[in-house]
Amino acid sequence: MSKMEKEPLFSAKNLKYLTGPFSANNPVIVQILGICSALAVTVQLKPAIVMALSVTVVTAFSNLVMSLLRNGVPARIRIIVQLVVIAALVILVDQVLKAYLYEVSKQLSVYVGLIITNCIVMGRIEAFALANKPWPALLDGIGNGLGYGLILVVVAFFRELLGSGSLLGYPIVPESWYIAEGGFYSNCGLMLFPPMALIIVGCIIWVHRSRNKDLQEK
Amino acid sequence: MGLRKIVDNLKPTFSKGGKLGFLASTFDAFETFLFVPNTTTSRGAHIRDCNDMKRTMIVVVMALMPALLFGFYNTGYQHFLSQGVVPAFWESLWFGFLKVLPIIVVSYVVGLGIEFGFAQARGHEVNEGFLVTGLLIPMIMPVDIPLWMVAVATAFAVVFGKEVFGGTGMNVFNPALLARAFVFFAYTPSISGAEVWIAGLGSGEGVVDGFSGATALEHMAVDGTLGYSALDAFLGFIPGSIGETSTVAILLGAAVLLFTGIASWRTMFSVFAGGLLMGYVFQWTGVTAYPAWWHLIVGGFAFGAVFMATDPVTSAQTDAGKYIVGFMTGAIAVLIRVVNPAYPEGMMLSILFMNALAPLVDYYVVEANIRRRNKRVKPAK
Repeated sequence: MSKMEKEPLFSAKNLKYLTGPFSANNPVIVQILGICSALAVTVQLKPAIVMALSVTVVTAFSNLVMSLLRNGVPARIRIIVQLVVIAALVILVDQVLKAYLYEVSKQLSVYVGLIITNCIVMGRIEAFALANKPWPALLDGIGNGLGYGLILVVVAFFRELLGSGSLLGYPIVPESWYIAEGGFYSNCGLMLFPPMALIIVGCIIWVHRSRNKDLQEK
Repeated sequence: MGLRKIVDNLKPTFSKGGKLGFLASTFDAFETFLFVPNTTTSRGAHIRDCNDMKRTMIVVVMALMPALLFGFYNTGYQHFLSQGVVPAFWESLWFGFLKVLPIIVVSYVVGLGIEFGFAQARGHEVNEGFLVTGLLIPMIMPVDIPLWMVAVATAFAVVFGKEVFGGTGMNVFNPALLARAFVFFAYTPSISGAEVWIAGLGSGEGVVDGFSGATALEHMAVDGTLGYSALDAFLGFIPGSIGETSTVAILLGAAVLLFTGIASWRTMFSVFAGGLLMGYVFQWTGVTAYPAWWHLIVGGFAFGAVFMATDPVTSAQTDAGKYIVGFMTGAIAVLIRVVNPAYPEGMMLSILFMNALAPLVDYYVVEANIRRRNKRVKPAK
């Protein structure tokens, strides 16, 4: 802890833990983790935002807790300890959602519980928290959770706008545009299916890699 | 030749370093469209033939002409029939031509626009594949489809069906069918049901009371009858996608493709065989009451078998594989038609499905061949 005090809380290095996962080291589009839930909860924007925040909370605090425990946990049983920590946090998140956001919680259904199996959570603990101090670990957790959330929100934005003609539940496309009302427009039903989420994620990766040439595989 | 001179004069402007050098691949596309390129392959062993890919594609386009022309005529014919007017030949043809032409134009403009854009961005030549795809797309759409849907579907099919895999010759799925599948899943009401297959039926203006636009396939799925006479279905006087209705016109196209050797007779034959056999299985087991051969003359079966399943890129490459993939395509199409209540037509889904499996079939055919030949070698040792 004494070393921590010498280094400012938001030094350039620490900030990099926070902002790196937004783009250059994004868990979804660079590390290709957490794809399943990106397909499942992105039909609408609202559940996607809630899911993004839930995962951020879980990654942040599981990273923090495991970083605090990192010297006391024998390596051989560390996976079990990690699971207990993550599971406890997920249950907390689930209960909070059920208490305050019941409708969204019902929409997300099993996917809140399945945060436990989200590769990002355990991946960050194994790759980062077990080898770093609590503060950087916390930042890394928040950064990865938000980086994951960013992709979720972008995917959900396009899927809800093009698939349902609304955003956050508010209709964007005027009612009179629809074919049933004598107009010409029709929502893209394919956007409601998971394959389209995969294609949108693919497009994001496409744009991202064309801007970050160092990520392109040869 | 005057045209040759004009092209030669323009060439330096569009070549690398020229004033409009960045348009090199666009220029190249038009030049090779007009004249057979006089360059020869420099490396490797190649079969020499006067045919290049553009010429091959043109033959396919010509093979599509009978079905397309009949599609024009039938569009008008069905429309006037629904209005209670006795359809006159030239009026029907003209009406259908005016109805279908915008769809063809949209398909070509959007598709070729994207192809040219990608070719420019990547700095390679424009691929010829879209010449056929751009005509296939309108032919498998319902006539009343909104044009912007055609544009979106074409863009989707070209970008995600072809360009992301590396362009013509690299695609896993048939791009034209992908466009149709996109419309089918994205804008289901515009491409299913009884009202979309005849021009003007959806709006209901001037339609004869009680006129039903149900396709033969829907009749078969609902009450086990054809709804039209078998001869009409064979000749094509039934509602359906623009180019798919006339089995006769499609068979004319098939004759052209087979005569020029562009399409594989193995695939074509085995698709029909698979469909017929599967139809008989259902007929004999009593699942369906109608004759099995009805399957071959209604819906998109013949069109898919002749123009889609035989696509040399997405179908199997080995001879044995062609039999297997073709047979499965036909059998699965009939299976979907009969067993799945949600989809009266199964040809599109079955061809796309077998497109995905074709490389696997090829792999095992090649492996089996290697094993067989190894066995032959071993005892001699």
